[in-house]
Amino acid sequence: MNSIANTIHAVPLNHYILLSTIIFSIGVMGVLLRRNAIVIFMSVELMLNSVNLLLTAFSVYRGDAAGQVFVFFIMALAAAEVAVGLAIIVMIYRNTNSIDINVLNRLKW
Amino acid sequence: MSTFYFIAFLSIFFSILVISAKNPVHSILYLILTFFTFTVHYILMNAQFLAIVNFIVYMGAILVLFLYTLMLINLNKESEPVKPFMVKLAAVVGAGILLVALVSSLKIANHASDPLVLKNPNLGLVKNLGKVLFKEFLLPFEVSSVLLLSAMVGAVLLATKDKKEPKATI
Repeated sequence: MNSIANTIHAVPLNHYILLSTIIFSIGVMGVLLRRNAIVIFMSVELMLNSVNLLLTAFSVYRGDAAGQVFVFFIMALAAAEVAVGLAIIVMIYRNTNSIDINVLNRLKW
Repeated sequence: MSTFYFIAFLSIFFSILVISAKNPVHSILYLILTFFTFTVHYILMNAQFLAIVNFIVYMGAILVLFLYTLMLINLNKESEPVKPFMVKLAAVVGAGILLVALVSSLKIANHASDPLVLKNPNLGLVKNLGKVLFKEFLLPFEVSSVLLLSAMVGAVLLATKDKKEPKATI
């Protein structure tokens, strides 16, 4: 246990913030770059996870367990979101025979 | 200390592969690897409960759900049409500007360069988190069960075929 605690001993907090920011931006880039609805969904998962990691880092830094409980709630929310979102994607595929989101651009107005 | 940087490099590397892989199945497999590196991050911060939950919920449940959906949709051909180059460039530039803005906002943070010290070594253990979860966060915990139930009902309702009604035109 102590060896694990010593491994992170010298990592500054802003390196965790930097890592989470980079992964969040990669997720944003994935949402903007891809047209496959499932890959876009996976990018959203990536963004959620980077925020989870940052919340855990802050919680460890402050010594407050509420942050980790919050991460647990985000995970429950992500599970619900994935179930509904994938059901919507399946329904879209059934109706349009593709999961290209450009097919859905008529939803704009 | 260098373990963190190695794992952080792996996380960034695999998450770039997630969004750049042509085949969606490869994308999902890289996403599994990314989530595994996140689990290692949680272990390094001694958040054991979150490590296990991340392992089971994300790598076990959510990504299997993704794989099943992909299998159901049957996209083994690489049918994704490519976006025009300008749109791709705009996407990369936009995400890069977001990254620069977020990183530069870090400059005015006061204690951001403090080292991350584990003040309370049994902070992330199941016993400690369980006490917090069932004392302070009991109501949100129960509400999240309602959320999961409604999500399940909604997913079943959305994904079942309705045979009587005419096909909706999208």
